[in-house]
Amino acid sequence: MNEFIEWGALANVLIVGTLVGAGLPALFALGVRILAAPGARDDAGEVSTVRLVGAWACFAIVIAAVIGAIYFLASGGH
Amino acid sequence: MVGVTEPVLLGIVIATALAFDFTNGFHDTGNAMATSIATRALKPKQAVILSAVLNMVGAFLSLTVAATIATGIVDAEIVTLEVVLAGLAGGIVWNLITWLFGIPSSSSHALVGGVVGAVLAAAGTSGVLWSGLTAKVLIPALVAPVVAIIVASVGTSLVTRLTKDVPEKDNDRMFRWGQIGSASLVSLAHGTNDAQKSMGIILLALIAAGAVPADSSVPFWVIVSCALAMALGTYMGGWRVIRTLGKGLVELSSRQGMAAETSSAAVILLSSHFGYSLSTTHVATGSILGSGVGMKGASVRWGVAGRMFAAWLITVPSAALVGAICYWIDSAFGGGTLGSYVVFGILLAVSAAIYIASRRKPVNHSNVNDEWDPVQDSEAYIAESVSVHRPEKMRVKRKELKRSKRRAAKREAEELARLEREAQLEAERASHESLETEDQPAPRKGEGR
Repeated sequence: MNEFIEWGALANVLIVGTLVGAGLPALFALGVRILAAPGARDDAGEVSTVRLVGAWACFAIVIAAVIGAIYFLASGGH
Repeated sequence: MVGVTEPVLLGIVIATALAFDFTNGFHDTGNAMATSIATRALKPKQAVILSAVLNMVGAFLSLTVAATIATGIVDAEIVTLEVVLAGLAGGIVWNLITWLFGIPSSSSHALVGGVVGAVLAAAGTSGVLWSGLTAKVLIPALVAPVVAIIVASVGTSLVTRLTKDVPEKDNDRMFRWGQIGSASLVSLAHGTNDAQKSMGIILLALIAAGAVPADSSVPFWVIVSCALAMALGTYMGGWRVIRTLGKGLVELSSRQGMAAETSSAAVILLSSHFGYSLSTTHVATGSILGSGVGMKGASVRWGVAGRMFAAWLITVPSAALVGAICYWIDSAFGGGTLGSYVVFGILLAVSAAIYIASRRKPVNHSNVNDEWDPVQDSEAYIAESVSVHRPEKMRVKRKELKRSKRRAAKREAEELARLEREAQLEAERASHESLETEDQPAPRKGEGR
């Protein structure tokens, strides 16, 4: 650890930040893709149950992360 | 209040702290809401109302107040009420100036700068802990945007890859929701962190003046007034800053907006979790830049970004200068009550002047999303060629597309005419040449030079 830059904390922020900050949008995008990609709808224009479950599983993780973040803020943000 | 030593001075400091809280909300609305406004996920008015409410909720959400101001950056013993007042004045003035120019700059850096300046004026260079200032303020200001650019560009490129064959309509519909969610989180985090700074300052002032005991927790009226001041500031909306963030840096789509806002929320929360606090403003700006870097076909206005980085570098020195001047004025009038009155009066006058200057070219909820600059030719041509040849790579407004198609048609007609002319010339030349070859070996005409 340097006097001017806390390399350890910075590396943590960068690595975990990339995992969470890029991973959650990617997961959300995956959910969107499962729901709305070309071919997601069958001939009747319905989205199959498998796809619905898959997409909402993705969204659920994202929502859980948001709730976790609110809890983190409420508990003092440290 | 019994036993209050300097009630007027205390009143002025509290009023100034609330005013700073107001400018803080006002200046930082854009961090959370600029992308949602720019991509039309929310109407401008809706966005500022949502952000204001969340800021207010955030202020009540957590009450672990850091009752310290600029800890580890200045010598705590020098921080008197006069220093705090001068520091706040420096922060407010710098916030208003950067707002006038539409530059998102960190409110907490402005406050730190103001206090550092006041301490310098009060106690000289020995009052400032320079290594603390470098490690906690100056270097994070450089690091934050870099981290945010990296995270947001990775996020954006993943998102755009994953959804590239999803119809635009579905993308917009769903990503707008994601965007609103992540922007709300940023607002909430802002309310929790920044309202507490003002609460901390007011608590300090109350303790210093003897109005409350030293181990007191934050009185309820302080929480309410700080939350209200920040919510009101947020609701007023620093439209100039919102415009720069939403329209000035990158032309945002809802996918980019969602990735940028999530990256902001993640980096802000994680950095405070790991004890390496990064400025919300710097992170939000970096994320928006990153969303331009990570998406193919998006362009980033690095010129605007460069001006912003420059402003961040001079934030602390400039606010320090204002803080120092305020402190000198204060002590020139003998400090205490009279000096504080004068400083407060000057602060009001300067704020009014900046407000009047801003009316010359007002930016508000009705024109916040206008085009950033009249489309330059080079940009127009690139956009045109991309949208004509690879429309899936780029979203272009229908109006623009029509215009560009018209331009293309016109160019085609011109090209056709030119080709015709050339063909004619060619034919003429050919006939000449055929005449010339009869007389002399024409192709060698140019040789021997």
